[in-house]
Amino acid sequence: MVAVVIWGSLRRFTDGQGEVEVEARNFKELMEALSARYPGLKPQIERGVSLALDGRIYREAWFTEIGPDSEVVLMPYMAGG
Amino acid sequence: MALDNTGQRVFKVVGTRPPRPDGVDKVTGRALYGADMSAPGMLVAHILRSPHAHAEIVSIDTSAAEALQGVKAVVTAADFTPQEDEYLDDILVNCLARDKVLYDGHAVAAVAATSADVAKAALKLIKVEYRKLPHVTDVDAAMRPDAPIVQSGRSLETVPEGMSENVTSHCEFGHGDLEAGFAKADLIIERSFTTAATHQGYIEPHACLATMGADGKGDLWCCTQGQYNVRSICADLLGIEASQLRVTASEIGGGFGGKTTVFIEPVALALSRKSGRPVKIVMSRSEVFLATGPTVSSSTDVKIGMTKDGRITAGQAHLRYSGGAFPCGTVDMGAQAAFAAYDLEAVQTLGWNALTNRPKEAAYRAPGAPQAIYAVESVVDELCQQLGLDPLEVRLKNAARKGTKSSYGPTFDDIGLMATLEAAKAHPHYSAPLGENQGRGLSAGFWFNFGGNTCVTLNVNTDGTVGITEGNPDIGGSRAAISQMAAEELGIPYDKIRTIVADTSSLGHNDVTDGSRVTFSVGLATIKAARDAISKMCSRAAQIWGIDEEAVVWEDGAACPAGPNAGKFPPMTLAEIAAVSFNTGGPIAGHYEFNADGAGVSFGVHLVDVEVDRETGGTKVLRYTVFQDAGKAVHPSYVEGQMQGGAVQGIGWALNEEYIYGEDGRLQNPGFLDYRIPVASDLPKIDTVILEIPNPGHPYGVRGVGETPIVPPLAALSNAVSRAIGKRLHSLPMSPPRILKALSEA
Repeated sequence: MVAVVIWGSLRRFTDGQGEVEVEARNFKELMEALSARYPGLKPQIERGVSLALDGRIYREAWFTEIGPDSEVVLMPYMAGG
Repeated sequence: MALDNTGQRVFKVVGTRPPRPDGVDKVTGRALYGADMSAPGMLVAHILRSPHAHAEIVSIDTSAAEALQGVKAVVTAADFTPQEDEYLDDILVNCLARDKVLYDGHAVAAVAATSADVAKAALKLIKVEYRKLPHVTDVDAAMRPDAPIVQSGRSLETVPEGMSENVTSHCEFGHGDLEAGFAKADLIIERSFTTAATHQGYIEPHACLATMGADGKGDLWCCTQGQYNVRSICADLLGIEASQLRVTASEIGGGFGGKTTVFIEPVALALSRKSGRPVKIVMSRSEVFLATGPTVSSSTDVKIGMTKDGRITAGQAHLRYSGGAFPCGTVDMGAQAAFAAYDLEAVQTLGWNALTNRPKEAAYRAPGAPQAIYAVESVVDELCQQLGLDPLEVRLKNAARKGTKSSYGPTFDDIGLMATLEAAKAHPHYSAPLGENQGRGLSAGFWFNFGGNTCVTLNVNTDGTVGITEGNPDIGGSRAAISQMAAEELGIPYDKIRTIVADTSSLGHNDVTDGSRVTFSVGLATIKAARDAISKMCSRAAQIWGIDEEAVVWEDGAACPAGPNAGKFPPMTLAEIAAVSFNTGGPIAGHYEFNADGAGVSFGVHLVDVEVDRETGGTKVLRYTVFQDAGKAVHPSYVEGQMQGGAVQGIGWALNEEYIYGEDGRLQNPGFLDYRIPVASDLPKIDTVILEIPNPGHPYGVRGVGETPIVPPLAALSNAVSRAIGKRLHSLPMSPPRILKALSEA
């Protein structure tokens, strides 16, 4: 299981939990698992999210591996100028 | 891709300051910008724009314009198919209004004619019947329940019920127990701030030349930060396949985020398709102000608690941003960045975006961060003043560092904030004496940086030189930096390499030049492409020597035999291998494509001294020093240029720049005479101190540097001015009338 930190405004879709656990080996599985378990997250995930894995931010890489002890933080999709 | 040799690598080319490859072209006028391209039979197009802040388009009659001699095509929104994807449809509606005009200057129709005079005359013949609607241009007013609704049905599921329909998104970040944190504080300060929308102020207006033939093939020349993005958007909006549209990026006269989208390109293509002739559009400066994206305007409340000895116990911010008449996610970035410089046990940021009758926001260096950090750093400074604490010592005491759980969630790896603060503390600027009516301001700043999709080809020429093809417009010196990294890796001189920016048909996709991504991502791809070419060159040498490939290594620009059974051969240089490449298997090239991650966050600290004229309210910037963690500075002159440029744009944002709207909702100052950006005579020399804390996610330790420098100036200037006049200001810009008003109230 992977513990995922959810940002505050999405917690209304995770029964108020700031951290949820899902079964996932990579970014793609994580998004699928979150969408399946918490359907309220699906619109945001479809619009785009980033994943911070042990402090490093990934924007799109589906097959980025997630270790069982990794720090996993869901973030909005990054944009820059 | 991890850092090589844990940062101990000795560089030969990286870190030097070779001449810029575009220098001669730019100083001699040979460089071709967006407006510099022409084509036989070319038409000139002009755009009719809304005179109202908000109105329903009842009807548009273009018949008289179309009948005018010399007019070859007229287009309106009716010439485009609405897009299912809301992101694309917003871009389309911003290019040409569909049912309503949403802001002063919103494009309504476009005419292509044989001359500019004919096109302008034709615009006057277009009859548009409007029904004026109530408007709102202020973000706080737009969030009130009784505010005029700019667009209905655009609120995301994240918006709490009961808010105005103008509120399109809501976000929240943070951790810890706020109540407990504030309870530990000896002093709590709560303040509200506003910042005006400002424009990126690039010197080159948007311009393009479009050709769409009867065969459905199109070519587009334009000034942009991302030709692949232009191609994708235009292909979708015109219903053509990406392969049939080639987009070539011109040299670019500044972008700063503002050229990461399209405004005129789909219109020019549609006019060309309709007329069968090439069509050129060049925006005027007033059109740039009216209808291209400024940054968000903002209204922010900040509450911070601090102990007597300067420890921050809790921080909270409520951010209300408006990205104009279309939904905008910039507040998400601001809310994440607001407290990023601090190691906090309890922090919370809440953000809302609201629609207003203003032009659609476009990115501007570190979008969303300057506004949020301005408010936070202003309150930190006031806490320091009231508690009698040194603002630099307080920041050192509270600074985020490796292992800090950031205010937006992830735990920081190696970061350079402490190093930049220490450098500022040790710099003579910090202890220099100040005179009467002078003040010193300090602010930290932060930006995330990111990587993205990148593709590079490196061709080894038979004469021993190297050509690199990359796909990101060079807005900050990337061609030089990329050549340097290739020279470093290949072991050949910098001047043996030429890097060019490809059109969309010549290379695989590259994301936009934004997010401080290019030197990091394209540089990394270049290193990998060079290693790919080196592998092939080692293989060719092994073939020539009749030994195993594994027995050949690359050293100082040459293949060398290595290992006990390799035999003794003199090193074979890149030029020698290239010269016989046709005999050993054909041309040699390296290639690499990937989606880069691991960009590494960036911190900066700015110090500024100002003097305020109490009679005129004018602020003179006396001294300015930028300290920034750049990772490895590939070309230090360009890094310094980014740091200086960000500081200058921030000075303008802090002191003078603002979109000013009248009661009628129309923009009052769409020109550089009334929208005042800093000029050289307004500025001191901007000193720079580059810190090089290697990014663990890049083989040379490179970090992006382009966005962080615009983040600290807003608060640094505000803190300096507030200390100079003995009165805290809470709104930007701190233009002379605002300072005089503050002084009169003191």
